[in-house]
Amino acid sequence: MNKNKVRMQNGITYAIVVGCWILVQIMDKTGHMTSLLRGILVPLCMYSILAISLNLTVGILGELSLGHAGFMCVGAFSGAFLTKCLENLLPNLQLRFFLAILIGAAVAGICGILIGIPVLRLKGDYLAIVTLAFGEIIKNLINVMYIGLDKSGFHFSIKDTMSLGMDETGVVIIKGAQGITGTPKASTFLIAVVLLLITLFIVLNLIHSRTGRAIMSIRDNRIAAESIGINITKYKLMAFSISAALAGVAGVLYAHNLSTLAATPKNFGYNMSIMILVFVVLGGLGNIRGSMIAAVVLTLLPELLRGLNDYRMLIYAVVLIVMMLFNSSPRAIELRSVLLERFRRKKEPAAKEAA
Amino acid sequence: MRKFVGLGLAAVLAASLTACGGGNAATSTTAAPAAGNDTTTEAAAENGNEETTASAEGGAFKIGVIGPLTGPAAAYGIAVQNGVDLAVKEINEAGGVNGAMLEMNSQDDEHDPEKSVNAYNTLKDWNMQMLVGAVTSKPCIAVAAESSNDNLFQITPSGSAVECAAPENVFRVCFADPAQGTASAKYIGENKLATKIAIIYDSSTEYSSGIREAFVAEAANEGLEIVADEAFTADTNTDFSVQLDKAKNAGAELVFLPIYYQEASVILKQASDKEFAPVFFGVDGMDGILSVKNFDTSLAEGVMLLTPFSATEEGSKAFTDAYVSAYGIEPNQFAADAYDAVYAIKAAAVQAGISPDMDASSICDAMKAAMTEISIDGLTGDGMTWDAAGETGKAPKAVKIVNGVYEMQ
Repeated sequence: MNKNKVRMQNGITYAIVVGCWILVQIMDKTGHMTSLLRGILVPLCMYSILAISLNLTVGILGELSLGHAGFMCVGAFSGAFLTKCLENLLPNLQLRFFLAILIGAAVAGICGILIGIPVLRLKGDYLAIVTLAFGEIIKNLINVMYIGLDKSGFHFSIKDTMSLGMDETGVVIIKGAQGITGTPKASTFLIAVVLLLITLFIVLNLIHSRTGRAIMSIRDNRIAAESIGINITKYKLMAFSISAALAGVAGVLYAHNLSTLAATPKNFGYNMSIMILVFVVLGGLGNIRGSMIAAVVLTLLPELLRGLNDYRMLIYAVVLIVMMLFNSSPRAIELRSVLLERFRRKKEPAAKEAA
Repeated sequence: MRKFVGLGLAAVLAASLTACGGGNAATSTTAAPAAGNDTTTEAAAENGNEETTASAEGGAFKIGVIGPLTGPAAAYGIAVQNGVDLAVKEINEAGGVNGAMLEMNSQDDEHDPEKSVNAYNTLKDWNMQMLVGAVTSKPCIAVAAESSNDNLFQITPSGSAVECAAPENVFRVCFADPAQGTASAKYIGENKLATKIAIIYDSSTEYSSGIREAFVAEAANEGLEIVADEAFTADTNTDFSVQLDKAKNAGAELVFLPIYYQEASVILKQASDKEFAPVFFGVDGMDGILSVKNFDTSLAEGVMLLTPFSATEEGSKAFTDAYVSAYGIEPNQFAADAYDAVYAIKAAAVQAGISPDMDASSICDAMKAAMTEISIDGLTGDGMTWDAAGETGKAPKAVKIVNGVYEMQ
């Protein structure tokens, strides 16, 4: 692909995001906005960020990671922990939230490096299973953690709140399985869209840079890449930790969108990791725009199907299968190209006539 | 090719967004009240009660219900849905509230806070005026934050975590977790059931660990000695031999089980295998132990539990019969809590004199004040009252399982 084409493709991706934002603003102003849609805007951006960041590991680096929700969990808890701790010191919520995003990204990124060093020696299925285990470890660690704050500083325990031994000014911040309660609702659609654009900017620029080409060469042929002097460990770690840091940002958004944060199997377990992987696979490995759109469609779908009551989960699964088939079965691809060919042929004579 | 697919998906996205935006009318049609509701409204009209008909046409109170209707916690959500449905039908048949009918719409939250907020927003699009829910604690906390923002009246039948009722627009029918722990310790101490206590609890749920913490704190005041304090998690809830051995070796006379009945049934089975026979004492999560499949109910003989509701009790007979004939299963305490929640709404609505044409926020203001002034005799307690903090004042009932049925103590 030449440079102009890349630029145009990236431009379209940004334009879709900005276009959606403008569309939402128009709908808001003209009163076409439902409460459901308004409430789901931030999660849509959050899942898009998650899908894009996982695509960096799975699609670009070519390593299957099943622990993405673990990084999200780290980001969510470190971010929410910060906003709760600084509640009195820093009354400005926006500023605290900004700091929380930075901290969430940093902590998740560091975790990514720490996990990456031993894990990235593995390949394929082994790597997938170790990342899966890592995600579960994070979740379980957070579930036994009790952290309290009083005037003498932080108290830590892995037993219960009573063993924290705090004085009367003490506040329990992380309360084991109950997690963090009362995180302020700081995530707004604007912030979420800006974060999504930043994520896109980071990932798209990385892919089309020298570094990105090095990372993709590792994916395509590790031995060849090594033989031309590419530092495999460095580039692998880089892609993995950037992906983790971006997942951390999504985690901070998640934590500040709901007033309660607990590490349950549902939100930070492997179910979630696989859900994100589904977004990536449906959108196309290595296709950033695709994973974004898949995340949005698959998050909206169960909500739009609410009218079908209990059948919606069934329909959701059927639609998922159909979409997967349409997107990647050889027959469907053939059919699509035939249809596209016909569509083009019809257009061409028309264009010639016009000329 | 890729571009084409991408654009196609973008078109789908745009279409779904607009479909969502223009879907106001569609939402309200799909969310029409249960068929049963319609028939009761018609029945009232046939009775010739013109006032009721007129006000029913003028509008009905729209009551939203949020709970897990699918997934592992579905039993609780469905029970609440049925409980609300039954109460709404009864009230409508008896002429409604202030002459207006009640209309109900229940939404699934899959026991997930995020989905719960989506369910709440869906109900808002339906123009909900009052909310019964959410059923489980974490989703309830998330929804309470939203409803307090909107100033919408909320009463949770079973959200027992302390924070569930923290906003001032939220009331609850059940006890808060710590209240159950404290009440259990007090009951054991006052009735001198035992002095050496072992606890087996689930550290991965806030319900269990919350009750346990309050129990331990109160046990010290009652002169109870905790000889074993053993935890398990959702991942290790199939084998309790280690915990039971520790309790047995420590000479526990009573084992306190602030857990749900599925796990309790395993514990009872394993304890009988070990010939360990202390008094087992549970809380409201133990309610349902007699309905566990493949469980030898003779093992539950002598188990004591604090529960607000018993299906076999004299006072709840009419409710149980109506419930069984309508839904084909025995009601549990979640259904009873939900039933009481609707009657509390009715009592408070009468007290406040609200009408369906008021907006949700002014209904909430009126209801908040009225809730503290009412007293109702419900299934889960006589003379239930509420304070401004949203907590209910009712005495817990202790029951003992004798010959396979609950016997009031």
